[in-house]
Amino acid sequence: MVLGKVMGTVVSTIKHPDYLGHKLYVIQPLNAARVPAGETFLACDTVQSGVGDTVLVMREGNGVRQILQKEICCVRSLVVGVVDEVDAHTSRGSDSAQ
Amino acid sequence: MILGEVLGALVANTRYQGLEGRIFLIVQPQEADGKAIGDAVVAVDTVQAGPGDRVYMVLSREAALALEPWFVPVDHAIVGFVDSVDLEEGG
Repeated sequence: MVLGKVMGTVVSTIKHPDYLGHKLYVIQPLNAARVPAGETFLACDTVQSGVGDTVLVMREGNGVRQILQKEICCVRSLVVGVVDEVDAHTSRGSDSAQ
Repeated sequence: MILGEVLGALVANTRYQGLEGRIFLIVQPQEADGKAIGDAVVAVDTVQAGPGDRVYMVLSREAALALEPWFVPVDHAIVGFVDSVDLEEGG
């Protein structure tokens, strides 16, 4: 799973049936110090997160299918948690990365 | 899943079983702000997209699961049209 920030929403009317009923977010991956790291991607929401939240994103299809309780589902990235705090020793030292 | 823009179509008359009738499109992966990410890829279409459309794709194993039959050699599938991307102010 990766840490990310919800940057915004994607509005989509015509989509694959597996995506119906899920909010689609633009996610910016973050490192442990909450600094943007890598390219943006999309993820469906399952935890009522909102734009601006730091979230936990699962990017693996089998886990997604378990959560959505479908044997066949073409969703691969899912927001599975809203992060309150990250305590990590970053490369810059031992300061808490709040 | 990632955003992308459809650049064109690809014709392949000989294809693996299960992929008959599927449309292959050339798609340029993009960031949310429209900046290109890497090189264009070939994706199977599931929503009848066409050149110039902004779409999103699912990658890897789940791309094949967007199709029926699903046990097919596919690693990028277009699964939706993008009407708009609403980014947070300053985001």
